[in-house]
Amino acid sequence: MKKIINDPKMVVAESLRGLAAAHADVLRVRDDPAIVVRADAPLDGKVAVISGGGSGHEPLHGGFVGQGMLSAAVPGAVFTSPTPDAVEAAVKATTGDAGALLIVKNYTGDVLNFETAAELAAAEGLDVRSVVIDDDVAVKDSTYTAGRRGVGGTVPLEKITGAAAERGDPLDAVEALARKVIGQVRSIGVALTAPTVPHAGEPSFDLADDEIEFGIGIHGEPGIERTPALSADELVARMVDAVVTDLPFGDGDKVLLFTNSMGGTPLVELYLAHGIAERLLAERGIVVERRLVGPYITSLEMQGMSLTLLKLDDELTELWDAPVHTPALRWGV
Amino acid sequence: MACTAETLAAALRAAAAVVAEHRAELVDLDRAIGDADHGENLDRGFTAIVSALDTATPETPAAVAKLAATTLISKVGGAAGPLYGTAFLRASGKLGDAAEVDGPLLVEALRAALEGVQARGRAVEGDATMVDALLPAVSAAEEVSGAGVAAILAAAADAADKGAESTVDLVPRKGRASYLGERAKGHLDPGARSTALLLRAFAEAAK
Repeated sequence: MKKIINDPKMVVAESLRGLAAAHADVLRVRDDPAIVVRADAPLDGKVAVISGGGSGHEPLHGGFVGQGMLSAAVPGAVFTSPTPDAVEAAVKATTGDAGALLIVKNYTGDVLNFETAAELAAAEGLDVRSVVIDDDVAVKDSTYTAGRRGVGGTVPLEKITGAAAERGDPLDAVEALARKVIGQVRSIGVALTAPTVPHAGEPSFDLADDEIEFGIGIHGEPGIERTPALSADELVARMVDAVVTDLPFGDGDKVLLFTNSMGGTPLVELYLAHGIAERLLAERGIVVERRLVGPYITSLEMQGMSLTLLKLDDELTELWDAPVHTPALRWGV
Repeated sequence: MACTAETLAAALRAAAAVVAEHRAELVDLDRAIGDADHGENLDRGFTAIVSALDTATPETPAAVAKLAATTLISKVGGAAGPLYGTAFLRASGKLGDAAEVDGPLLVEALRAALEGVQARGRAVEGDATMVDALLPAVSAAEEVSGAGVAAILAAAADAADKGAESTVDLVPRKGRASYLGERAKGHLDPGARSTALLLRAFAEAAK
């Protein structure tokens, strides 16, 4: 394992120090428990939108703290959800009379810890709601699993609910909007290599040079299927097919297409894949109205990509376009 | 012999040593089917328990168990933090203000711990989780509830070992391993393994 680290136990704390130094204009990092908070929080009358989860997915979530997106992010240890007291600290630091919405990805640990935190905050009289995103089409049902995982769709969900909160929507409306986005977003991921968690010191799964993992999550857990390596055309076609047939997305639908690098795939390959996905969607009559291409929800240095489709309407498009000023997303300001 | 605050604290220190010793093994088990954090997370939690015991002296077994619970919940994260934290919290609740825990009370506490884990994690026997170690352990403990603390814990640890082994043949239905489906067969569940390790550590400490 070669990484730019000191002590594996200190990776998250030292990284957060750098995040704070690099983006002091938009956010602050508070220690013990570690949370990332908007520089101008709490804001009177504004719903706080809070998310979090294991570290190692940067820029998710700390990179999305700022105007028009998250009020706070709660980073756990690498690939480990944060503890309830950390989530509660983020709630207290950002939540006023307007209440807070917690955005939780459907992973057992995240759900358990955020659930507990929401109970603690409610016991203190704060109006806190939670939504659980479960957009991963690789997981077919919840009868034999912990349910679909929350993956790439988290990024547009945080952007759109953050924009709604910023314009002053009340908590009921922000929560309803979040549930609407969750109902209309689907993702699929693929890995070409495994990530190496700093404290483990070796790759999270063994993959031959000529194999890929199809249907991966975001924590270095293996995918649902191992297949021989495919050409980009074949791979993206399979991914598009998996996403489009799930909702399903159909002729005339307007969508946001989010082509995401898992951390180790360079932009040259990502744009190549994005171009193929745009063409395949056009062939199905699906209209790509908005796009996001880049590393936004990653798994350390894992090579691979995910595709996310969000069905848009005028309101969602307007909220996606609304000004945002965070370390990782910035436009309109 | 009955269990006092001191002996429970000593058992937790012994458990911390066992977790540290098996950190890499638990990381490897988790690496195969999950995200490679289980050993690291438990080690962080039990190291914190030892630190907490160094600075506080809870006076009853219940207070010791509660200290362990709150430490695990606030230091571990993931699924293991809330699940093990809940186990200790529910056990603590059952122990009340007793200065000494005898066999029957210990068995009640173990049952409460199991029920807490199941309520929080919503897992049943056969899902390939820590429940597959804890549930047979509690059943075994109940069968010998008149036999004294050391014998109860020994029986529980033996049953937990067998239960953990049984997860090798199961298809996981909870947690991250569940996403692998059939591909996760043939792997020992890391949570079941750590439960067996902890119960063995308690049993050894009670000898």
